[in-house]
Amino acid sequence: MHEMGIANSILEAVQAEAARYPGAGASKVAVRIGELAAVDPDALRFCFEALTRQTEFESLTLEIEFCPRRQRCPTCNAEFDAKDYEFRCLQCGDEHTECIGGDELELAYLELEEYESSTA
Amino acid sequence: MNRVPLEKKILSENDRIAAELRERFREHGTLCLNLISSPGSGKTSLLERTLETISHNERVAVLTGDIQTENDATRLRRFGFPVKQITTGGTCHLDARMVERHLADWQLQNIGLLFIENVGNLVCPSSYDLGEAAKIVLLSVTEGEDKPLKYPSIFFKSELLVVTKTDLLPYVPFDIDAAEENARRVHPGMEIVRVSCTTGNLTGWLTWLEQRKRAQAARSEAVV
Repeated sequence: MHEMGIANSILEAVQAEAARYPGAGASKVAVRIGELAAVDPDALRFCFEALTRQTEFESLTLEIEFCPRRQRCPTCNAEFDAKDYEFRCLQCGDEHTECIGGDELELAYLELEEYESSTA
Repeated sequence: MNRVPLEKKILSENDRIAAELRERFREHGTLCLNLISSPGSGKTSLLERTLETISHNERVAVLTGDIQTENDATRLRRFGFPVKQITTGGTCHLDARMVERHLADWQLQNIGLLFIENVGNLVCPSSYDLGEAAKIVLLSVTEGEDKPLKYPSIFFKSELLVVTKTDLLPYVPFDIDAAEENARRVHPGMEIVRVSCTTGNLTGWLTWLEQRKRAQAARSEAVV
């Protein structure tokens, strides 16, 4: 269970980035989690909510893009999502394809809403 | 609404420290190996048997991680090499900062081989780079042979699988070939050795270790 540490790292990155936009509040942060990253999306959401509750980030939503394991075939260059540990090339049948994705643990983007001016 | 790209690793701070550690290990010719397994698979026993075989002229050191107690460090200190316990106080894995902090008063130029025994856990340690040259995963024959399929991340990221407690094979319904096949489904071409710390059958492991030490020495010489 290390999702709390991961959630905290996400929040620290949001804080650092949001500080650069003083006239706006962070509304959404998007992350990419690969199936090989050993991070459970539900546990991560739970920890994120626990960390942001009753803070200035209470309304910040977390969007998780789950990334399946991807393989590339060295023979025909086909790229495909691997399912059930089947790594054989879907196009030419080569058995020795290489893993090119699926261990993502990355921040993708942050959405900010500008604060409404009090005189408006 | 304004969308700004972040495009960086979530654990970039850990990765930054790990990269610094890796550079220091390379500079000093230190081979750093990160041992990971479930609790009770035999990480400490493997280190005990390994340290037993190593001559005292060799510059070996161990960092051993646990949530609580100095027990593992006490077990490993008997062999006369420097050993430091990292107690995480609840955290289920080691991170690069803990390693950096515990290495602070050791001279890396005096350490040719550094073992890091991670906290017993097959999940979380796989996310944290410690600057190691290789992760090594242990699986004992008293566990399920489908563990590589259940915990693919660590089997994918580890260079070597050490199957431990093989002396118990006659007494447990563990299909060792199926376990190894499962590991290679997750990680095609994965290197695998079988050991028993009870009978002292460590040949495959010690051979792998020797090869890795030679490769590290060659690499360090090449950059000098």
